[in-house]
Amino acid sequence: MFLLSAERIDTAQLKRALENPGAGACVTFEGWVRNNNEGKTVLRLEYEAYEDLALKEGARILAEALDKFGLLGATCVHRTGCLEIGELAVWVGVSAAHRDEAFAACRYIIDEVKSRVPIWKKEHYADGESGWVNCERCAAHGHDHAHGAGAAGILSRDDASYSRQTALP
Amino acid sequence: MKEHGRTVHVHYYALLREQSGISDETVHTEAETVLDLFVELNERYHFAARPERLKVALNAEFRNWDDKISHGDTIVFLPPVAGG
Repeated sequence: MFLLSAERIDTAQLKRALENPGAGACVTFEGWVRNNNEGKTVLRLEYEAYEDLALKEGARILAEALDKFGLLGATCVHRTGCLEIGELAVWVGVSAAHRDEAFAACRYIIDEVKSRVPIWKKEHYADGESGWVNCERCAAHGHDHAHGAGAAGILSRDDASYSRQTALP
Repeated sequence: MKEHGRTVHVHYYALLREQSGISDETVHTEAETVLDLFVELNERYHFAARPERLKVALNAEFRNWDDKISHGDTIVFLPPVAGG
């Protein structure tokens, strides 16, 4: 179950939904809003999602994880809207027979969600500025990519840069 | 009779929403592909985003820049994602 939530996430309820008599392990991950990024003091965040596609892509990631790791349950909920420092931005929970697959699957899900699901994050900084994380780097200036945006250049776009993200929180 | 152009829906998110000043619009276009449409809209909005840094969705599925667009399609240009 992959969900987007404009409201605070109830983790206790989500965790209970993963209970299964065959489960010997439950691994959860919480992504929190951090007060700094790349040397700047962050005051708050805004998350925006392309809901139709985010829900589909999120569900595909969970289905992949269930299949790949033989999980008993997998859930991910991502916040949208304005979040303050310390708030829970994303929650991942999995249950499995054993811990190895539970840890690996939880890691797989958060990594894939961060790189594939159409959700965007705007940081508001202490200096009054703000910026969309990863987006500012896709501006036309300040890059050494080929100029003259011909179709060939566009179609060979660098997929790695699409999802470029700093280390996990 | 030869068809002249098509009417499509375009949605904007994040940086592109701020740069266009709108969340969505209906566009009548002669563009045949997603890329043609982006080039056309870029002339209007001057997006500070190079297309090779974007992905594209057609009717809520990831698709390719050279895919043909049809009357009634919904197109979304996707800036680099940053969930988590």
